[in-house]
Amino acid sequence: MELTSEERAILAGQHGEAQRRALEYQLEVGRFWGAKRFVPVTSVHMMGDIEVMGDGGLAWLKAEADLGARCQVATTTNARCIDFAHCDRLGQDAGEVAKERELIATLRRMDVVTTDTCINYQTVYQPHLGEHVAWGDTGTVIYANSVFGARSNFESGPAALAAGLTGRTPEYGFHLDEHRRGTFAVQLAAKLADLADWGAVGKLVGESHQDYFAVPVFHGFHRTPTADELKHLGAALASYGSMGMYHFIGVTPEAPKDVNGLSERRVIGESDIQSVYAGYKLGDGDGRLVVFSGPQQSLLEMKKLAELFRGRKVQGHCFVTTNGAVLAQSRDLGYAQALEQAGVSILQGVCFYILQNLSPMRERNRWTNMVSNSAKIVNIIGAHRFNTILRRTADCVEIACTGKLR
Amino acid sequence: MHRKIEVAQAFGPVVEGEALVSEEGFSPRYDLDRWSGLITKPGHRLEGTSIVDKICFFPTAKGGIAAGWAFYDIKWKKIAPKAFVFGVTNPVMVQGAIFAGIPITAGWSPQPRGVVKTGDRVRVDPARKLIEVLS
Repeated sequence: MELTSEERAILAGQHGEAQRRALEYQLEVGRFWGAKRFVPVTSVHMMGDIEVMGDGGLAWLKAEADLGARCQVATTTNARCIDFAHCDRLGQDAGEVAKERELIATLRRMDVVTTDTCINYQTVYQPHLGEHVAWGDTGTVIYANSVFGARSNFESGPAALAAGLTGRTPEYGFHLDEHRRGTFAVQLAAKLADLADWGAVGKLVGESHQDYFAVPVFHGFHRTPTADELKHLGAALASYGSMGMYHFIGVTPEAPKDVNGLSERRVIGESDIQSVYAGYKLGDGDGRLVVFSGPQQSLLEMKKLAELFRGRKVQGHCFVTTNGAVLAQSRDLGYAQALEQAGVSILQGVCFYILQNLSPMRERNRWTNMVSNSAKIVNIIGAHRFNTILRRTADCVEIACTGKLR
Repeated sequence: MHRKIEVAQAFGPVVEGEALVSEEGFSPRYDLDRWSGLITKPGHRLEGTSIVDKICFFPTAKGGIAAGWAFYDIKWKKIAPKAFVFGVTNPVMVQGAIFAGIPITAGWSPQPRGVVKTGDRVRVDPARKLIEVLS
């Protein structure tokens, strides 16, 4: 790779051992992908919690902090695995809770801003067209590339942190024009009135194109999609298809004018969406667990849920996850109270999918099914042996308040 | 006959070990029990199989960002494979394997089917971008 004088100085150890190691690591990643150079980044978003990194990761992180590792650009954190206000009630391990506190303190020592959110693009930082960033989770990356026209690869926790420490990332994948062009066309002929419908589109398109470098071009939709709709579409595309970017003609900044140059085309109609919902097995009919998470809820999703749950009562368990900023504003606006009065548990700064101790929690509560309006969480939580079912938002609320699965 | 597979991208030192050849993709988050090293995802074609100390051939990579810490985690727990040989992979797998110091390759010619089978002894030589079947 071509290195600048500053990068050579970092490798010579002139900026400390932590930066030197981080850049050495990034060099190896860059070489693997054939990167020619590094690009400076303005924003880093990293995943790091005790459930994903384990004792080894925590030991490594503490050693880095002791070496003097400090982030050079604004570095924020993704959703984590423990809500300290709810951990006892959830039956999370006291030992792991203590480690998570230690982990958060270590990240702060490294000048990481612990926002604990997977919707940073809605609440923390909105990069502009062409801005290079180093983000993860996958939902944040696909939103950055597609909706903002910013440039990021999927950056795992260690890779994102390295970018934070050096202020740069290897130039490969979605940092390059050649990987940002649409590769196939999808006409949206369905109504898509609910967020779950957008996730269903992501499932249909993602499952049939499992390729990081496949870039769908959506067109023909009858109205302008909202930010929350694009969030659920992207999260599902990234989850089912491992995709990092899409275009939406008339909506996203780098979309082509038309789909004339694309030979592969498909249409998604109402019957395709219905077939997604019809495809879930209802197992033993258990409707006692409904989850609104993965991604965390935006303020407007909280408003909608508050309207649907107001004056009703949850029969089994219902969880909503969001970040601290959204929750604080939801309290000011009365949405949080409406949800809590209905018996909904609002978890802060976490994702249901990575909750520490989730499998024992499932066993203790004898949950068999998990119902959600998020196609992403329905896809990824299988390793915890839930039978998962995607339903529209109002149907999820109905199931939560009646316990009857349909 | 000298059986070999050329790979397009590669990282790590030379390693030799027993091959585990999968027809299905892999995620250390979706498919693997990160305490035993067994593939436990119900319905995975290698369900019940250990990846510990194996040279693992997977056609595709599955999973999101959380997989990035998982390789370091299993290496720390001494249940890591010796190498990952992917047909198609994604940045998270590569970042994770390099972070853990586990050899990883991507892109293969020819495909493993008919060249290498589970139980064969193989050598992964990342510098030469070559995988050789030894026995």
